[in-house]
Order: sequence, then structure tokens, then C-alpha cells
Amino acid sequence: MTRWLQDNMPKIVLAPSFIAVMVFVYGFIAWTAWVSLTRSRLMPRYELDSFIQYERLADSPRFETAMVNLAIFGTLFIVIAMVLGLLLAILLDQKIRTEGAIRTIYLYPMALSMIVTGTAWKWILNPELGIEATVKGWGFANFEFNWLVDPDMAIYTVVLAAVWQSSGFVMALFLAGLRSVDEEIIKAAQVDGIPTWRVYSAIIIPSMAPIFLSAFIVLAHLAIKAFDLVIALTGGGPGYATDLPATYMYAMAFSRGDIGQAASSAMVMMLVVFTIVVPYLYSELRTKDD
Amino acid sequence: MTDMSYAPTRTQSPTTKLVLRFILYILLGVFALFYLMPLFVMITTSLKSLDEIRTGDLVSLPREVTFDAWRTAWSGACTGIQCEGVRPYFLNSLLIAIPAVLISTIIGALNGYVVAQWKFKGANIFFALLLFGCFIPFQVVLLPMAIVLGKLGISGTIPGLIFVHVIYGLGFTTLFFRNYYVSIPSELTKAAKVDGAGFFRIFWSIFLPLSLPIIVVSVIWQFTQIWNDFLFGVSFSQAGTQPVTVALNNIVNSTTGVKEYNVDMAAAIIAALPTLLVYVVAGKYFIRGLTAGSVKG
Repeated sequence: MTRWLQDNMPKIVLAPSFIAVMVFVYGFIAWTAWVSLTRSRLMPRYELDSFIQYERLADSPRFETAMVNLAIFGTLFIVIAMVLGLLLAILLDQKIRTEGAIRTIYLYPMALSMIVTGTAWKWILNPELGIEATVKGWGFANFEFNWLVDPDMAIYTVVLAAVWQSSGFVMALFLAGLRSVDEEIIKAAQVDGIPTWRVYSAIIIPSMAPIFLSAFIVLAHLAIKAFDLVIALTGGGPGYATDLPATYMYAMAFSRGDIGQAASSAMVMMLVVFTIVVPYLYSELRTKDD
Repeated sequence: MTDMSYAPTRTQSPTTKLVLRFILYILLGVFALFYLMPLFVMITTSLKSLDEIRTGDLVSLPREVTFDAWRTAWSGACTGIQCEGVRPYFLNSLLIAIPAVLISTIIGALNGYVVAQWKFKGANIFFALLLFGCFIPFQVVLLPMAIVLGKLGISGTIPGLIFVHVIYGLGFTTLFFRNYYVSIPSELTKAAKVDGAGFFRIFWSIFLPLSLPIIVVSVIWQFTQIWNDFLFGVSFSQAGTQPVTVALNNIVNSTTGVKEYNVDMAAAIIAALPTLLVYVVAGKYFIRGLTAGSVKG
């Protein structure tokens, strides 16, 4: 008996986590997928009824806004955070004396919760008391910066706050990548008189392709899950102008009592995540096995 | 200013180089201001009186420093109908985060040890399933989890939230420990087995003593994740068990009474302090934890 216990201890130790993952990740996904195919409203019902919920999603102007917002927010957030992160990493890579301190300053927003970030930017962007009022107070009476309350512009304030929060992390990734490039190649290029910007554009940056991919995956994942920031910054408003699929799902689940819509919108979110993440993880796991 | 290890290039004269350095430091400084500005605004606003906020501007220093807003934020601000400040919620967050961090780190360490050192058929599949689980948007588990927490009788309780955080933290903690233990030669485990040491004995006397760096990474990562969580907090807690992020959002977005911006800012700083502190004290490990798994070693 003790011998059997000894031999199977690794499996016994893994078993609770295995069960937890099967139930709380895959089982729950299956549950949500099932319910997304029913007419569930306030309470879950389990009679399948084709794609009625997905048709309702497709017809819902609010969900359409949420998807368009996700596209705008996701694209801008990922592109700006990557460009800014790379720029900052290259600037910091020039043998800066106070590198440690500057890196700390660029990175600290990453330690904050999105709710804190949203609260801070909500205050800064407040048209009556924030930047707009301050610049007006300096004598520029016509200065306007009311994106937060402008339905057409509010989504860009979410981009601004998200970039502020996450670009330092991208910088850290790229900086680690820059530091892993072989010093000798760079020195040789410099001795040959090749200008620094050419060294970066022709040698260093192309060699960091895997890090670009990692940064993209992390940022895309953050963008699709973005929820707290919108709740704290705009509450999804004005109107539904800054709704995202995540806030739509939450509203349907917990304030509208429309479980069918909540489940189907969650499934759409998961599909978006998986089309991005699955090929990446698949290639990662494969190369690790080789 | 000149750095000898930085080989001069033929194309740059010393003057050009000096100008470039100057521009470089200006740029770095401008970006530093961009990242620091919100923190500066939060701190100064929290130290101003409401009158001064209404008449003054965003970036000016407080004329008269007052800590009233901090006192209100800590023990008097209203989250809906209750007016106890963030103190009880801050405590809730600690009661949730500390056990959840410890439990998920311990289980993650054991899982990682198995996956990396006791490979058996299926261990890799388990790891792959776990890894995919890290990337699901949590919206997809919110509804069934609400039902299950209800069935288990821990709906809206602190143990319920601990449970949720442990479950969904396992993926990352296992990943950290697995990647760390994979680099430890498996000969070590084999030799210990030959000497008659069992599963736990090997873990306890060989692996655990080597694990301090990765334990630190796991603890910092989990603490930051759990402390900063809002989605689970707002979905699975009720009036008395909400974490500090939910309380902060309720204070800031409550529509009743006079809007006290200074109290909002003080409450936001209080909610941010623990993770900021962790970041300042253990920033290096924090970065390592954040980049682990993203940069291939």
C-alpha cells in the first residue's frame, strides 16, 4: 500500500488541480457554450434553441458598438503601446546614467489596478476641473479637451489611460530583448561606421521578432479582457459610447438579467481570444518539446 | 558624461554627439513627466480642500496642505449607503489576498515540481490544458461560477473569493514553478530516488531550498493580480465582503451628495499603496515575474 502510494504520489498531487481545471475552466466553458444556445433569461434554462442568442447579438446596436469599440481600442492600444514601448526601450538602451530610476518611473503604473488608473484619469480628463479647466485658467480661453464626455471621442480616453498603464511593461519586455542581442555584432557594426539607427533597424529589431509576438499576445489579451478600466473611467458612457464586449457581458449578466445574452457575448470574447492565443501557444509548446 | 565603453562612430562629431545626448535626456524626461503626472495630480489633489480644487488648477501645489480627505477616505467616505471609508474593504482585500496567494503558490510549486521532474504520461497534457486556461477571458466562467458558489454556500463570502482566486491563479503559479524547476537537472531527482528519498522528501530538502527566487516571483505576481482584481470582486462579493477596488469604484461613482474629488484621490492612493509598496521594495522581481513566460529564456 505505501509502495503504491509512493509510486503514484505525483499523480495524486496533480489530481486536485487537474479536476479543478477540468471543472472550473473546461466544464464552465462548456456550460456557458450550452447556455448561449438556449433562451435563458433571468435563470439558466437548458433546452437548446439554435443560435437565437447569437442572432440577438448580431441585431443588437449596443453589441455592435461594443465590437467596433473593441476594434478601435484594441488596434490603437496595441499599436501605440508597442511603438511607445519600443521607443522607450531604445532610448533607455543608450547607456543612460539614471536608467534604474527612469525605468522605475515608466513601469510603476503597471503595479496599479485598472480601477485606480481609471479613477486618476477620470479626474485629469474631467472637463470642468481637469486639463481643460487648467489650460483655460492659464489664459487659453478657447482650449477644449472634453473627450471624456464626447460620445465620439470617449473611447480614445480609454486608449490613453490603457497606454499609460501598460506601455512601461512593453518597454521592459523590449529592453530585456535588446539586452539579449549579441553585443559583439553591435560593436562590430559600430566600428564599421554604420550609424546607430541603421544598427537598430537592420540588426537589432529584426532579431527581436519573438518578443514582438509575445508583446502582441499580452496586449491583445489585455485589450479583449479590458473591463475595469472602462467601468472606472467612463462607466461605459456617455450612453453606451465606450461599451466593450466585457462590459456588455457584465451588464447582461448582472443588471439586465439576460443570461443568454451574457453567455453568448462571453463566447464571442473567448473566440476572439482563442483565435489569437491558440496558434501562439501551440507553436510555443511544440518548440519547447523539440 | 562620456562613456568610454560606448565606441564612437566615425560619422558623429563630438558636438553632434553632445546634442544627441541632450535631446535623448530631454525625451526621457518628457516621458517621465507623462508617467508621473497622474500620480502627482492624485497626491496634490488629495491634500487640497474642496474649495481650492474648485478654484485652483490641476497641476498647482496645494496652498494649504490638509489631511482631511485622507481621514475621510480611510474611515468616513460613503460607498453607497455605508459610510465607513475604505478601511473595512482594505481589510477584506488583505483577508482575501493573503490566503489566496499562499495557497495558490504552494499548490503551484507542487504542480510545477511534478510537471517538471516527475514526468508521467499525461503530465504534459495537463500542463498544456492549464496553460490554455490562463488565457480564457474570465467572463466565460462568471455565470457558472456564480451558480457553483451558491451551491457550495460560499456565495458572497471571503472564503468564496479566496477559492475563486486560488482556482484561476493556479495556471500562472504552476507555469512559474514548472519553468523554474525544468532547469534543475533531473539527475538530482533520480540520484535522490536511488538513495531512497520519496516524493515529498526530495521536494522538501532539495527543491524547496532552491526555490526562493521563484517563490518571490509567484507571491508578487499573485498578490498584484488578486489585490488589483475587480471583476471577481464585483461579481462574487456583497456589501460586507467587497475588496478595496470595488469600494473605491463605489466611492468614486456614487451619485449622492457633494462630489469630493480630494477624497476620491486619497482613496485611490490608499487602494494602490500595497502593490506600489511591493513594486518599490521588490521591483526587480516584479519585472522578472511580469516578463517571465513572455520572454523566452
